[in-house]
Amino acid sequence: MANITWIMEDGSEISAEVKDGLNLMEAATANNVPHIEGECGGCLSCATCHVFVDPDWFAKTGEIDDIEDTMLEMTDVEREDNSRLSCQIVASAALDGLILRVPEPE
Amino acid sequence: MAAPIVIVGAGQAAASFISRHVALGSQQPVLLIGDEAHPPYQRPPLSKKYLLGALERERLFIRPLEWYADQAVELRFDTRIDSIDRNLKKIVTSDGESVEYDKLLLCTGASARSLPADIGGTLDNVFTLRSIADIDKMSSQFQAGRKLLIVGGGYIGLEAAATSRQLGLEVTVLELADRILQRVAAAETSNYFRDLHSGHGVDLRESVRMTRLLGEDGAVRGAELESGEVIDADLVLTGIGSSPNTELAQAAGLDCDNGIRVNEICQTSDPGIYAAGDCTSFLRNGQQIRLESVQNAADQGDLVARVLAGEAVTYTALPWFWSDQYDCKLQIVGLNQGHNQTVVRPGANASSMSVWYYRDAELLAIDSMNEPKSYAFGRKIIEAGKHPTAAQVADPATDLKALAMS
Repeated sequence: MANITWIMEDGSEISAEVKDGLNLMEAATANNVPHIEGECGGCLSCATCHVFVDPDWFAKTGEIDDIEDTMLEMTDVEREDNSRLSCQIVASAALDGLILRVPEPE
Repeated sequence: MAAPIVIVGAGQAAASFISRHVALGSQQPVLLIGDEAHPPYQRPPLSKKYLLGALERERLFIRPLEWYADQAVELRFDTRIDSIDRNLKKIVTSDGESVEYDKLLLCTGASARSLPADIGGTLDNVFTLRSIADIDKMSSQFQAGRKLLIVGGGYIGLEAAATSRQLGLEVTVLELADRILQRVAAAETSNYFRDLHSGHGVDLRESVRMTRLLGEDGAVRGAELESGEVIDADLVLTGIGSSPNTELAQAAGLDCDNGIRVNEICQTSDPGIYAAGDCTSFLRNGQQIRLESVQNAADQGDLVARVLAGEAVTYTALPWFWSDQYDCKLQIVGLNQGHNQTVVRPGANASSMSVWYYRDAELLAIDSMNEPKSYAFGRKIIEAGKHPTAAQVADPATDLKALAMS
């Protein structure tokens, strides 16, 4: 299990206990986090699960592969150094306490 | 109490409608009625991870079951709708219950075509692939060493072929046209996937007409070809396209044309009834089209929620699709209908390339195989209304990102 917190642009927060093995796009839609859509189900084709990872946590979320790196170019809100597609982050005890910021498209 | 928004059909379009309805803070109650035993789920993984046994059923669900209750959305499963009374704004379930609606949203989807009974279409171990129930019926039979015959070399058939090879089945694919994917892709894309499947040991036969399935004790045992050749099979999967589920709409007198006709706000010919997803047909660039895709279902469902909330929006989404076969990720953006030229852009390695479709100088669509840059930047290029030349696209040195941003 990992406790994950999503912080919206207006400062509101949603926290949830996420089972190991679930990806954080699934966890976000299950917990009604706004602006995380995950239309393609996590197969790196839609870029609708973009998050900014708290810099302290970024390294722990794992490597960005070439496909994710490319798909991050087509997010609605422009990528930053700490951008990830949350379908590629998988919950585990190592991520307990993770904080994600959710960008809000215009 | 005011009547609810009633949604008939619990697929992607319904889920996207509800998600947007909730996100917009709309207070009107929603009742979702589906004829399957599950809340809305993702269909694309059915032919891949779910058939492979690598994904639990609950992970297919677009939102967990409890989510709907939390949003005060009422769900009814295993319920068919027999008729719509447009004057009284009621629908009648197959149990005879009347349900009033304020607005009705038809998300009835499409059904897989099956082979006629008189050529063996109803024999045991002949399957179609469209629903969780379809996979649950077939998956225990998909065991290593068994012989699977796939009728139809479209995306569903090819995805099932890839998964079945991974499971260790012997796979033959029959395609009536002179090449697989003939209806949906250029020859260059067909050639790529022919090589991919042949390389994984699939016996792929094109320009082949099957005359009938052969049975023994009620179960399929093979297929007879027009040439007289018989192909042995323990299992048959038909991937020969699908038909929109328009019966309910037609019986209610709604305009239909290879789908329930909708306008640019997904409204049917009855202004109180909307439709979204695989069941709809609509005008795009002067052509009446029907799309079977997650993108279209999701975007149309989302749009209807916005329209009902009073937003002034119209449907202009750019279509996109994907398919995963073995280690190939195919990503498609745009619609290639009407193209008169294709340009191949070589990829970074032997298993990657993209095919760019043009009508004269106008870029219409891109098939990108293990070449996400062509998909991601190509999508930006098309969305921006840019039309790079064939020579630019064909040159691997051309920086697509720069083209997209310029």
